[in-house]
Amino acid sequence: MNAATATSAADFGGLDKLVEAAKKEGQLHVIALPPDWANYGEIIEKFQAKYGIKIESETPDAASADEINAVKTRKGQDRAPDVLDLGQSFAISGAKEGLFAPYKVQAFDKIPEGQKEPTGLWVNDYGGYVSIGCDAKKIKTCPTSFADLLKPEYKGQVAMNGNPTESGSAFAGVYAAAIANGGSFDDIQPGIDFFKKLKDAGNYNPVETTPATIENGETKISIDWDYNNAAYAPQLTAKGIDWKVNVPSDGKYFQMYAQAVNKDAPHPAAARLWQEYLYSAEGQNLYLKGFARPVLLPAMTADGTVDQALAANLPAVEGEPAFPTTEQVDAAKAKLAAGWDTAISG
Amino acid sequence: MTRSRSSKGRLGALPLLVFFALVFGVPALVLVAGAFTAQGRPSLANLTQSLQGGYLTAMIGSVRLSAVVAVLGAVIGTLLAYAVVASRSRLLREAVLTASGVLANFGGVPLAFFWIATLGNSGVVSGLVGLPSGSLYTFWGLVVVYLYFSIPLMVLVMAPALDGLRPQWREAAANNGATAWHYWRFVGLPVLAPAMLGGVVLLFGSSFSAYATANAMVGTVVPLVTLKIASALTGDVLIGYENIAMALSLDMVVVAGLVMAIYLPLQRRTSRWLH
Repeated sequence: MNAATATSAADFGGLDKLVEAAKKEGQLHVIALPPDWANYGEIIEKFQAKYGIKIESETPDAASADEINAVKTRKGQDRAPDVLDLGQSFAISGAKEGLFAPYKVQAFDKIPEGQKEPTGLWVNDYGGYVSIGCDAKKIKTCPTSFADLLKPEYKGQVAMNGNPTESGSAFAGVYAAAIANGGSFDDIQPGIDFFKKLKDAGNYNPVETTPATIENGETKISIDWDYNNAAYAPQLTAKGIDWKVNVPSDGKYFQMYAQAVNKDAPHPAAARLWQEYLYSAEGQNLYLKGFARPVLLPAMTADGTVDQALAANLPAVEGEPAFPTTEQVDAAKAKLAAGWDTAISG
Repeated sequence: MTRSRSSKGRLGALPLLVFFALVFGVPALVLVAGAFTAQGRPSLANLTQSLQGGYLTAMIGSVRLSAVVAVLGAVIGTLLAYAVVASRSRLLREAVLTASGVLANFGGVPLAFFWIATLGNSGVVSGLVGLPSGSLYTFWGLVVVYLYFSIPLMVLVMAPALDGLRPQWREAAANNGATAWHYWRFVGLPVLAPAMLGGVVLLFGSSFSAYATANAMVGTVVPLVTLKIASALTGDVLIGYENIAMALSLDMVVVAGLVMAIYLPLQRRTSRWLH
């Protein structure tokens, strides 16, 4: 049995055999998994404890582009990443370039259509909504919509988690703002215009949000994924900050990240076991504990394996999420790359 | 005899040459090749695009910021270094030079956060001086932050040069009836000029290439070419902009080359005074 070409646990002769093969490898090399992002810190710990496989976690703060680079430049090396957690468009382009191995986890069929590549080259793992975090002790009324953000009372307060031409969450923020302002998946321009308006009103704060800038009071309002904002809240409560999270009523944008196995993974069995773990009820509930919405949440709600208490902690959202197509996202990105600077600079 | 010595000497330089070829030569070639490739074919498209629209604005922004910081930093740093050297206090001198050594290397995100915590919208000092919201996050805010490491760098460059000004020269000038202005105009500044020019180039270069501080502090509000390169190369958003990043890097190399082209002849001219 060659682990590198196995497309399911059955190819190993069942999950137990996969565990055995993975234990023999004894190691897993991951990249770009920040411990405070979607609860990856705990997921890594639990996986190591459960299987006795050592996880080497490299450059946790790397971006999707860095992950793809690492796969390409370290082909055949023992230091290459085994598994990848990628922004959707990087998963699609990486699959096109033939960088990933097809693998179907046991729960593959329960994953909704559109959230997976049919042969399992990539599978969405978790996601979240664009949300507005707000320091409720310093801000009298927390904004609950994009329209609110333009109010004069938020002068110099509205920040994002980075620059939208780099940060996926900031890009999503612009997309959500577009939807809130008469745009659509096909038209991100109203979002860019919205941030220009925000800048002209003096409300836009260019500082990149981190828990430190929130604590210091520099970014009292922050547009970010709801799982980031929600995960900051308990940390900040300990420091006397009441961090409130609202999914904006006028611009809902939901996006998922994707999981892929490196085709040339130095630890192919461990890589596949990691996938099985992430898409097991245990792994999915751990994402949920990090306030990220796991891809199997609907299925797990139906079959009762979801941790109800954790699900209840998620910021409330009404309605079903809709997803843009790859073409729509690519067009929006090109538009943003060309138009963002001119709108926001000066 | 002389022949063998010189060939041996050349052999001794070989490791250095190999090092340069590997560490600077290969990346430079990759950079040039990448800059002139679009969709797998030789093309000028990347370079053309890198000199248009937002990319051009960013390049101009970087040059403007670096030039302002270099000139202001050089003037202030020289005056400061002169004050320290002229004080003849060993303690002050040691203290300032040590502090400069530390501050000249203070950069990146910690530097940005240091300023945000001090002069940001809810900074400790902004409240006291009544700074309007957002004033740190502008071109001039960034100039102030960059001066924070540029001035110490200039002090480090200028202190040894100022030591080279012999008191006897000043006395001799005074004996011949020169005023302080005459002394500086005809003796002091010509002697200092190469070091000052070198300092300006150094300061220009360090601001021109700075990235992390600006990224954390102003994001894209102040357009800078290093930020554009980063967006094109890394991140979770843009795919397929790598070659434009290389073209932008090539543009940066050209700008740095132009600065050196201005500096070298001037430096040669002024260093004549020293011989």
